[in-house]
Amino acid sequence: MEAPVVTTHALSLRYRGKVALQGVDLELPAGCMTGLIGPDGVGKSSLLALIAGVRTVQEGRVRVLGGDMADRRHRQAVGPGIAYMPQGLGRNLYPTLSVFENVDFFGRLFGHDRRERERRIGGLLQATGLAPFAGRPAGKLSGGMKQKLGLCCALIHDPDLLILDEPTTGIDPLSRRQFWQLIDAIRRERPGMSVLVATAYMDEAASFDYLVAMDAGRVLATGSPRELLTRTGSRSLEAAFIALQPGALQRRRPATGPGLQPPEGEAEIAIEAQNLTRRFGDFTAVDSVNLRIGRGEIFGFLGSNGCGKTTTMKMLTGLLPASEGQAWLFGREVDPHDLETRRRVGYMSQAFSLYTELTVRENLALHARLFRLPRAEIPARVAAMARRFGLTGVLDELPGALPLGQRQRLSLAAAMIHGPEMLILDEPTSGVDPAARDAFWEILVELARRDRVTIFISTHFMNEAERCDRISLMHAGRVLVTGTPAELIERRGVRDLEEAFIAYLEEAVAAEAPAELPVPAPPPAPAAPGHRRFDPRRLYSYARREALELRRDPIRASLALVGSLILMLVMGYGMSMDVNDLRFAVLDRDQTVSSRDYVQSLAGSRYFTEQSPIFDDAELDRRMRSGELSLALEIPPGFARRLARGDPVEIGAWIDGSMPSRAETVSGYVQGMHMHWLAERLTRAGGEGQPLGLAGIETRFRYNPDVKSLVAMVPAMIPLLLMLIPAMLTTLSVVREKELGSIVNFYVTPVTRLEFLLGKQLPYIGLAMFNFLLLLLMAVALFRVPMTGSVPALAAAALIYVSASTALGLVFSTFMRSQIAAIFATTILTMLPAAQFSGMIDPVSSLEGLGRLIGEIYPTTHVLTIARGTFSKALGFGDLAASFVPLLLAVPVLLGLAVLLLRKQER
Amino acid sequence: MRLANVLQLGLKELRSLARDPMMLALILFSFTASVYTAATAMPETLNQAPIAIVDEDRSPLSGQIIDAFYPPYFSPPVLIDQSEMDARMDAGLDTFALVIPPEFQRDLLAGDAPAIQLNVDAPRMSQAFVGSGYIQSIVSGEVQEFLRRHRADAAAPVELLLRNRFNPALDPGWFGAIIEVINNVTALAIILAGAALIREREHGTIEHLLVMPVTPAEIMTGKIWAMSLVVFAASAFSLIVVVEGWLEVPLGGSLGLFLLGAALNLFACTSLGIFLGTVARSMPQFGLLLILVMLPLQLLSGGATPRESMPEAVQQIMLAAPTTHYIILSEAVLFRGAGLPVVWPQLLALAVIGAVLFGLSLAQFRKAVGTLG
Repeated sequence: MEAPVVTTHALSLRYRGKVALQGVDLELPAGCMTGLIGPDGVGKSSLLALIAGVRTVQEGRVRVLGGDMADRRHRQAVGPGIAYMPQGLGRNLYPTLSVFENVDFFGRLFGHDRRERERRIGGLLQATGLAPFAGRPAGKLSGGMKQKLGLCCALIHDPDLLILDEPTTGIDPLSRRQFWQLIDAIRRERPGMSVLVATAYMDEAASFDYLVAMDAGRVLATGSPRELLTRTGSRSLEAAFIALQPGALQRRRPATGPGLQPPEGEAEIAIEAQNLTRRFGDFTAVDSVNLRIGRGEIFGFLGSNGCGKTTTMKMLTGLLPASEGQAWLFGREVDPHDLETRRRVGYMSQAFSLYTELTVRENLALHARLFRLPRAEIPARVAAMARRFGLTGVLDELPGALPLGQRQRLSLAAAMIHGPEMLILDEPTSGVDPAARDAFWEILVELARRDRVTIFISTHFMNEAERCDRISLMHAGRVLVTGTPAELIERRGVRDLEEAFIAYLEEAVAAEAPAELPVPAPPPAPAAPGHRRFDPRRLYSYARREALELRRDPIRASLALVGSLILMLVMGYGMSMDVNDLRFAVLDRDQTVSSRDYVQSLAGSRYFTEQSPIFDDAELDRRMRSGELSLALEIPPGFARRLARGDPVEIGAWIDGSMPSRAETVSGYVQGMHMHWLAERLTRAGGEGQPLGLAGIETRFRYNPDVKSLVAMVPAMIPLLLMLIPAMLTTLSVVREKELGSIVNFYVTPVTRLEFLLGKQLPYIGLAMFNFLLLLLMAVALFRVPMTGSVPALAAAALIYVSASTALGLVFSTFMRSQIAAIFATTILTMLPAAQFSGMIDPVSSLEGLGRLIGEIYPTTHVLTIARGTFSKALGFGDLAASFVPLLLAVPVLLGLAVLLLRKQER
Repeated sequence: MRLANVLQLGLKELRSLARDPMMLALILFSFTASVYTAATAMPETLNQAPIAIVDEDRSPLSGQIIDAFYPPYFSPPVLIDQSEMDARMDAGLDTFALVIPPEFQRDLLAGDAPAIQLNVDAPRMSQAFVGSGYIQSIVSGEVQEFLRRHRADAAAPVELLLRNRFNPALDPGWFGAIIEVINNVTALAIILAGAALIREREHGTIEHLLVMPVTPAEIMTGKIWAMSLVVFAASAFSLIVVVEGWLEVPLGGSLGLFLLGAALNLFACTSLGIFLGTVARSMPQFGLLLILVMLPLQLLSGGATPRESMPEAVQQIMLAAPTTHYIILSEAVLFRGAGLPVVWPQLLALAVIGAVLFGLSLAQFRKAVGTLG
């Protein structure tokens, strides 16, 4: 026998303080199809993630493909041999990229050359039937197609170990069948490949070679399906699984068939739709759907993924307006403003859409309050719902930490908290284990029969569809057929509902479905890409993908470019250090020619505008307090007399100090004016013959002789904008992958941290440089700021600088998990240092304390010096060397920091 | 609109926020450490302005002039040669270079009116203007003083007594701290409200709300009051503990009046945040819109540079921004101790701007809700 492909020894994992896996010892045979079975939340996904190297091994050992997964070098070496497809439809795909581009990205990551890639991608797409959709964005694919695409991406590099985490959850039966046919075909071609699958479908598991039954973080049993059946003496795997569980945990046997009788006749119509149609652009999602559902009926809605079930349900709830046709609930036309009807309906959407940041209890209570249940009844009602849905033990947990099955039960409890007369449930049991699904259906049946609740439910499970009173089959926006399950089976003359369903669908899609699944001939031993420490091809792969995504979101790129230009325009004109038109008024207690002469020297200047005179102290106080006056002068009585006599005399000047920079300017101006007045008076008094030598001061405003604000501000705006925008974009590009899940590709592919970061960074450096050119052009052409120095020097500085600002964004991104926090953090960590500590307004040398320290090392400081030097001071590389050095240092330091802080595995 | 729903929806926002430790840490940081750093670092006034002097006279008078420059306004002057001056200014080492020509003292006493040359690094505008005024008066003062001692006919002393009201020492930290608080208030209000909305959309929870008997106006109002409350509490804390307590800035005027202004400003800013949240289709777009809106709000509403010095058009446009009125109000109330009779126009303006923004975003929100699909 071959060496096992995976062995684990005493493997344990704690996640958020809870035990996910406990002492797992396994030996999985190579070249087999191995299935992990067990209810939700027993650690199947955690185990797969550990084997794939996505999660850090905490305790115990995992050996995969002959090496220890705790060893970074081994992970790096076997990386290309493992393919991992995470749970959730298309979670590791990039929704804006096309089908081809998604596969191409993975191909590049594994270092295939162009011809090789095209050959492989062509073959895989052909085999999966995705070839006709090669140009369609992944986000617009149906669930089944997404899973097939995920499989293509996983298979592109001929893995030795293929790990699939619930690949068929939420997939319609036809697609599911095609998916397994595809896997079988691939295994026939590559018999050496081991496949490891977690699944909730026991019928799938029955055809696997080897099974691992798990419960509560432990392995219950291993062996072939036959072995398990014989060992437990059961006839079905489901029964075998229940028998394997320790006695205390035994679950109720699933009841079969609708327990209670369906309502008689169609006395009342609860839901009615006539010619309901919805179009998105020129795509018709729902095409003239007609429905009549009686009160107390359980009505099932079946159909392939993306056939319009969800859209129909949304129109019924009023979430989406219909393009054509009408719908009535309880005989009232659907109206999004009709709050009364909403209280009678409970809706559960396909994706989990309760608040993950509120506990189970808080979520339920919030719903109860919003549905206006009497306050006093709420706690009892919440407790009752918790009991009914088996949530009592987890009332104070956050939903995010719960397994999918419990989350779905919570959603249903929330939808029913107000005791609605109608439930609209969109795939409520997708991802829920069989036992839990069964319990769920018992509740539904009871509700319908006992409380006469109308239930409109969509599902992919045939055994659920069988429990409905009537079902509708939908495809491509149209209802194909409606009837009781028995009727449909009879009409097609087949054995069970699944076959009937497939027969109807195949008829409808006859043209599209590929008859046979041709699998590409195994490639001539791929030139091993070599596990180089740094592979520019992998870097390029990430950079290319990021650039493609950026191109698919033109609003983001143009917002960045146009936004920066607008900002520069506004700030260039708006910011000015030149204080003009300061309002002042005079309390003249002298009222003589001399006093008026003094005032005139101030009033005549362009800096001041005189307001109506002040008459007493109270008025002076009031007008200053209101902010009307920046300056008030008080000329004492007897000013002229004392002046003439040569007695000392004092003029009072009150300055509004609330804004110190303005006050400083005012006091500078006033003193200057005063001196000037004194000098003039001396000259006049001295008369002609007597030369009176007071020293003059010639002030030369260098670099900007006309002291134009624009000349000063525009070169300063460029560094500011090139910090804020690139940093924000880069931070979000990484944090977004974390929040939306595609970061897992970084964990499982051989791409290194540096390659990943540089790949993420490069497109934004490109965008920022383009931005820089636009800003430069605008500065010179529109603002006519003279460019006196070396443009290459400025451009070089800009290139280094945007490398630093994007690297800074990468550093921020390593800390953040949510996009909100990332936005806020980037804002406060770039805006303050760049706008205030980097010398834009005050030179760094004048700053104090921590601000000074930040200013000294912040890259904006140095590029600001370079920008002003090249724009206004006619400087070049040589003169600015001192500023280039810290800038050049910043890039490797920041990048190095980001590499160190970034984790290559999930904790 | 049902108040109970508004209350519940707001409480939900508060609970959500309470469970985001990173966000709480950032809020705390921005209203304490960030305010403290900004206040202690910012030299809005002339502070430690680097000055170099080329003394070619080397007379008692030139020595006297050199000695007249000292901290905190100027850093101790660096004595350099004429030949070094250009290079030093090019490298940005000095903002000012004063050249005292040879035989300055002799020429002055002989009544030849010699000239001192002052070179100013003009692109550093804040220091350039204030500083050159100061240098002129310092030099003139020293020269007059010198002449008074050496010439009998020196002029009669007319002294200008400068008194700075409301902040006698012109401590820049006072204003800097307040402006930093205001900047953070604006940023946080917009981000919290807008991003909370986008998160609800990205996670699909908004759809869930909309099938309940809850109206868009209630959802929006719930967010606005909750986020405003958070920022309000944080800014009041920052003002009382950090600014008044820690930084020892004496705050005059009525705190209540200021807080009323703060509440109105928050109403406007959170409405603005929601508006941006309905316009942006994703978080990255929201992040960019945020920069686009916030940078002008922070730099053009009178906090960074005086409003008087902005072009007329910009001044007028910025009257539409809530922060402009809020800064005017804060300055008047906190520093000048102004009361309601003085600041009612600002309060009114804030209320009107807030109402308009609220109306706009409600309309936009309703429209966005209609196209949720």
